[in-house]
Amino acid sequence: MNASAQENRMELFAPGHRACHGCGMALSVRHILKATGNQVAVVTPTGCLETFSSPYGYSPWRVPWIHHLFENGPSVASGVAAALDAQGRGDVRVVAIGGDGSTFDIGFAALSGMFERDDDVLYICVDNGAYMNTGGQRSGATPTYASTTTDPVGKLRPGKLQHKKDLPAIVAAHGAAYVATASVAYRKDLQKKVKRAMEFHGARYLQIDTPCPSVWGFPSDHTLEVGRLGVASGLVPLFEMEYGNVTKVRKIKPITVDKYLRGQKRFRHLFADEQGAELVAKLQQMADANIAKYGLSSQSGGQ
Amino acid sequence: MGAVKVVEGSQAVAEAVRACRPQVISAYPISPQTHIVETLAQMVADGELGSRYLRVESEFSAASVLAGASCAGSRCYTASSSQGLLLMTEVLYASAGMRLPFVITGVNRSISAPITIQVDQQDTISLRDTGLIQLYAESSQEAYDMHLAAFKIAEDPGIMLPVMVCMDGWILTHSYERIDFLDQQDVDRFLPPFKPANLMEVEDPKTWGSYSEENVLMEFRYALQKSMDYAQERIPQVMGDLASYTGRDYGGLIEAYATDDAEVILVAMGSVTGTLKDAVDQMREAGRKVGLIKIRCFRPFPARQIWEAVRGAKVVAVLDANVSLGSEGALGLDLKAKLCGRPDGPLVVDFIAGLGGREINPLVAEDIVDQALEAAQAPTPPWAPIWVGLDASIVA
Amino acid sequence: MKITMGAVVMGGTSVLYPTGAWRDQRPVIDHEACKSCDTCRDVCPDSSVFVQEDVYYIDYDFCKGCGLCAYECPVDAIAMILEEK
Ligand SMILES: Cc1ncc(C[n+]2csc(CCOP(=O)(O)OP(=O)(O)O)c2C)c(N)n1
Ligand code: SF4
Ligand SMILES: [Mg+2]
Repeated sequence: MNASAQENRMELFAPGHRACHGCGMALSVRHILKATGNQVAVVTPTGCLETFSSPYGYSPWRVPWIHHLFENGPSVASGVAAALDAQGRGDVRVVAIGGDGSTFDIGFAALSGMFERDDDVLYICVDNGAYMNTGGQRSGATPTYASTTTDPVGKLRPGKLQHKKDLPAIVAAHGAAYVATASVAYRKDLQKKVKRAMEFHGARYLQIDTPCPSVWGFPSDHTLEVGRLGVASGLVPLFEMEYGNVTKVRKIKPITVDKYLRGQKRFRHLFADEQGAELVAKLQQMADANIAKYGLSSQSGGQ
Repeated sequence: MGAVKVVEGSQAVAEAVRACRPQVISAYPISPQTHIVETLAQMVADGELGSRYLRVESEFSAASVLAGASCAGSRCYTASSSQGLLLMTEVLYASAGMRLPFVITGVNRSISAPITIQVDQQDTISLRDTGLIQLYAESSQEAYDMHLAAFKIAEDPGIMLPVMVCMDGWILTHSYERIDFLDQQDVDRFLPPFKPANLMEVEDPKTWGSYSEENVLMEFRYALQKSMDYAQERIPQVMGDLASYTGRDYGGLIEAYATDDAEVILVAMGSVTGTLKDAVDQMREAGRKVGLIKIRCFRPFPARQIWEAVRGAKVVAVLDANVSLGSEGALGLDLKAKLCGRPDGPLVVDFIAGLGGREINPLVAEDIVDQALEAAQAPTPPWAPIWVGLDASIVA
Repeated sequence: MKITMGAVVMGGTSVLYPTGAWRDQRPVIDHEACKSCDTCRDVCPDSSVFVQEDVYYIDYDFCKGCGLCAYECPVDAIAMILEEK
């Protein structure tokens, strides 16, 4: 086999990174960079992506890439953008790609600051719904009733009791020109949204659902299947917002949430007893609310 | 020669920063740093300064913006104080490790609790292990000069570390002083634009902030230490180079004042050294053999230079405007550690002095000298530091 | 090799770290059945599928054997076979 024919090794996010088998995050990063092209600098806060893509001496990044700390991805990105602008190199755009823990929780103030200042950064949250790099602890993005290592299922608790933080709405409330959600299960859609985001200047936000086989607990070949089921259930609504208004949604033929939940260890307790069934019913209500709110169902016409 | 003006210390610093042409400034307000960053903001608003100025939501972000901008190859600057400096701590460690050469003014102020805006050096001292180079100014003129030197030191290819110029809040930042400004042409000649070895280019993409493990981590820390060693040699050269423009030579890493035949040598840093010089003069007039060492550079720590200056003395009295609670002051600790075991060295006695703005005047200084001599006569050196001007009676 | 200042690394150097050794199962493409739809290449988190004159190949130096390509292939042209070690 002719090695020079292996153009895969020349991709902007090259192989040789150390993500787990079937990692949805690694796959989304690959597609993010396909969409941006190479005229970008990427900032990544601490997390799985940073860890699996930066062991000293072995970088998969074929674009300039910076990791600094866990809670400052947005500010570091703002600094890079300011410097490039000051140097008259504004043609190189800045993309931050951070996990949900850094984005929803510890880096939230920095994120809000970046959006309030409207710095020219596309901030992408690769959302796997927990702190995976440290073993799967609860985050503000963890979905309701998911079991995590710091909010585990126990005799008294069914995992996380609270809602997932509605970060896209919070970001949109800053007046962001573009806010969208995507799923690695729909890569054309994902790429389209990245490209659309790059048409705007100022601070923009994209949140990508990236199923994690290792911690959600499903086989490594099911990553995209799980992603599709999440979207189809209505629990992972895909939409675009421009200047605070929803402009597009990805239509679904809704399935019941149990079809999504059943295949994942983090929701296994919901199928153990009667009480679980009640909780599944509550999750179904949440999905139905999403479907109504965004007009997701292709059957009901909607938006 | 450039202009001479009587200005507030903060204004002097802002003028120095402007003359250095930073491309990015990012700041968050805290007393007594505010006048510096407000002045810079006004300069930007008036088009007198072309920097991108990011008004961030915290000091953590202010320093983080600099990390990003510095990585992307821009000269950049921030200033903070007290709680704000502590909030930056993690960013400073990482930035030093990644060799990002920005400049920070550390406007000295005490640390909460109790919350206070009074001056001491607990804030900047707490950052001593981050990998920052730390310079301490006696006057606003010296702070002005140090800022010009700071960028050049930071960006030296063999150093590549953040530099913090420390100056006492209020005492320097808010008082008026006659400042000799350097002409812009001279500043430009002294300080060429920043050209990092690792450029951020899409054609030759590099990765910053790698994850590393036990096979190399120690070597990276050692490389930092080696750069600090090199900085000990380089800093006096840079300052000497600057002095050839300004005509002001303060000495190198330390300034030894009347130390040659001194029996008692005071050691301190910051604005208090001005007072201590007067005190030394007065005591000398009274026939007492007293000298002073002003530490101008605390990190890297100029142990050898201090040793050369104090080796003939009987006792060294260190004034620490900070305390490592449960032990003693940081400067005293460093000095004792470095001098320990050297034959015929002086006794080092640590004084906790000036916390939270507690006054130090020539009388207090004389008292310190007396207590130091007393300690030198005692059969064994004291285990605890001596708290100066303390009213122990109100401590329960 | 000397360490670099600030641990700065050249981009793209991960190709010096073949992750193929992680593999337990090996994807094998049936070239007869393959319709060259590009799905396997599109879904690979390790960029380990490449195409040469319309024929799809696995880059076994990097493929970790996650099985996504086989699962997603619309014509079941990829089989996962236990790796003999
Ligand atoms: C200040 C700080 N606190 C905690 C950590 C430990 N830590 C590193 S990564 C991480 C979790 C990352 O979670 P997330 O952002 O969701 O990324 P993921 O690993 O899930 O992709 C944590 C808690 C840290 N590095 N820094
Ligand atoms: S833990 Fe999950 S998100 Fe992290 S590398 Fe593994 S599969 Fe990817
Ligand atoms: Mg996460």
